[in-house]
Amino acid sequence: MSGGAQIHDGPVMTAHRAGLVGCRSCGRVWPEETTTCARCGARLSPPDRRCLQAVWAWLIAGVVMYFPANLLPMMSTQTFAGLQGSSEATIFEGVMQLIDHGSYDIAAIVFFASIVVPIAKFIAISWLALVAGRPATVDQAHTRLKMFEVVEFIGRWSMIDVFVVAILSALVQLGFVASIHPGPAAASFALSVAFTMLSAQSFDPRLIWRGLPLRRRSNDEDDGRNDKTE
Amino acid sequence: MLRDNACTPQLAAYLDAMTLHATLDLSTGEGLLACPRCDALHVDEELTSGETARCVRCGTVLAKPRSGAFGQLIALSFTSMVLLMGAVFFPFLEISRMGFGNATSLFGVALAFADGILLPLVVAVLVMIVGLPVLRAFLLLYTLVPLAQGRPPHRHAATAFRWSEVLRPWSMAEIFVIGTSVALVKVAGLATVHLGPAFWAFCALIIVNAASRGFMCQTTIWDAIEDGGLKTDGRELVEAPEAGT
Repeated sequence: MSGGAQIHDGPVMTAHRAGLVGCRSCGRVWPEETTTCARCGARLSPPDRRCLQAVWAWLIAGVVMYFPANLLPMMSTQTFAGLQGSSEATIFEGVMQLIDHGSYDIAAIVFFASIVVPIAKFIAISWLALVAGRPATVDQAHTRLKMFEVVEFIGRWSMIDVFVVAILSALVQLGFVASIHPGPAAASFALSVAFTMLSAQSFDPRLIWRGLPLRRRSNDEDDGRNDKTE
Repeated sequence: MLRDNACTPQLAAYLDAMTLHATLDLSTGEGLLACPRCDALHVDEELTSGETARCVRCGTVLAKPRSGAFGQLIALSFTSMVLLMGAVFFPFLEISRMGFGNATSLFGVALAFADGILLPLVVAVLVMIVGLPVLRAFLLLYTLVPLAQGRPPHRHAATAFRWSEVLRPWSMAEIFVIGTSVALVKVAGLATVHLGPAFWAFCALIIVNAASRGFMCQTTIWDAIEDGGLKTDGRELVEAPEAGT
């Protein structure tokens, strides 16, 4: 019953084709016109492109917040009440400081979590939303689902930098010796990550499979008729 | 049985194969399960413990019942509540430099920032690392304790369990631990830092969460809530077929 070998790539009966709607929270199947799942209470929505509006809206909000998050200082460090100077660092400068310290592994984690992952997520979600519901082959659908799962899994890890700033500013309360304060970028970065997570959650992965042909395109001679999608 | 306009010959054959298996009703969805990832319809069967049901199309795990899972989940939820209590009140990190020491628990930090402009950030962080994990443990206990004892579920158990699943991505204790280690490196040049018991409580929490995830089978819990008499409409009476797939 388990294992990839049993994955079946022929036509599959879906709830939508049967005139039913499946609950994404508990899996229960209801007649299409039902709006609330009577088992778990979740709102039922058919797998259509309507959910993409929410995806785009949250994604744009996330991108908008990402600019101040990178341009404004993430935290400011003051040593000896400013006698040794105070410094402000954006996310990228923070990574450079870590490299100067010689801690390359931590610098790599921060660089990956706060710069690579958010940008990759913006690109991946926009791509998923653009191709959602378009005709696709089974292999493409599997790739898209894999990508969606990666985006869903990795999104929360971008919060690392926010936690770093929160911990540092909370613990380095050494008064006149040294102090660290979070900058405005911390809040906008946290919001950007949260909005992008909401965007990924709004995406309905069932859309990925909507564009599959009803029959396998194994025979070339009836290719024209096989283009029929749901 | 099926809407006429949706019925093509292939589907009819496919459905015939499906109808041989169990009592299901395609007009009401009775006895069926839809994959949350790809919408493929499956016949809802009782699995024996240790089996794993995967979606035929996308391979998503649909159900993986494990014997004694409810008891394990209850124990793990209690563990995580106890660990979180420790994580809040025991010292988290201890920092010292030139004789000035400062040991703080998360609770102390929260009090120190209670009237600053940083309040929103501190509240958000505390909610994500402590509030939501405690709330999720509580919701899971609320759902599972009556079920494990064979009693009917509490009122709103379905809502409680659904929220515990909705909040899962927002509880970020493990990310906080990685964040702490990054912070340790950053502060290393500035002062000496010692790890407190609360830090180790968070580390233990990661392991507890991973174990809890391993035992968690949403489908089994939904079925149990339904079988327990909450919001039923007779659908739980679907019998397991003789020829299992």
